[in-house]
Amino acid sequence: MSENSLHYHYVVPGDDFTRAGIASSAVKKTLKQLGIYPETVRKLSISLFEGEINMVIHADGGEIDVWIDDEKIVAELVDKGPGIENIELAMQEGWSTASEQVRGLGFGAGMGLPNMKKYSDELIIDSTVGVGTKVTLIVNIVK
Amino acid sequence: MFIKDIQKILDAQLLVGEEFMDTEVRSACGSDMMSDVLAFVKDQAVLITGLLNQQAIRTAAMMDMVCVVFVRGKTPGEDILEAARDNGIAVMTTTHRMFTACGLLFEAGLNGGCHIK
Repeated sequence: MSENSLHYHYVVPGDDFTRAGIASSAVKKTLKQLGIYPETVRKLSISLFEGEINMVIHADGGEIDVWIDDEKIVAELVDKGPGIENIELAMQEGWSTASEQVRGLGFGAGMGLPNMKKYSDELIIDSTVGVGTKVTLIVNIVK
Repeated sequence: MFIKDIQKILDAQLLVGEEFMDTEVRSACGSDMMSDVLAFVKDQAVLITGLLNQQAIRTAAMMDMVCVVFVRGKTPGEDILEAARDNGIAVMTTTHRMFTACGLLFEAGLNGGCHIK
């Protein structure tokens, strides 16, 4: 990122599903206020929202950092959850380890990671079983 | 079609968004699974859902949707209505079931916002 990038930090609590998505909503509002192209805002917001939901469902919360400069938006989601055993499998549409309870809440259809890949220009997943997961989402800014 | 038309067609009770009644709706999505909703971007869309929690509103907000209709007579709590007000989204509830609600809107000319491949 360039030196004059904006940086935002969010702590995502893991114990309250109704609060999942609050950080993504705040980021979306900020991006809108910055006058970023609506399609770019939507892409980043959807990817980040799915990531934030995953953090709450699977990893008992975590932390999100977002950097914005003239060219791109970079979001880093870091958790100390169980990690992803098989990333290739996790990327498949419809594959999910979410509980029935989570499905009852409207998530866990196995579309989270595929959606994150679909809406971001770059998706990097760095995960170690038993240690945690770092997801980096990059969306290029259209001018 | 406008939000006021949706209310009429579904015989729905408007809970939030009197000021949005003249907002145009161009497409619709019916689902209880939010990731399925997030998978396809639609233009000026209405979300028809039986999922009664704040995530329904948050999902609609992420997608820039203009209206959420809760089916099967489900009445959202104040936390959900507050989230809708915050995001400028109209909310209504209808006693119709999901299939019927979607069918009535489709029959009236609203489509899914994407073509069959």
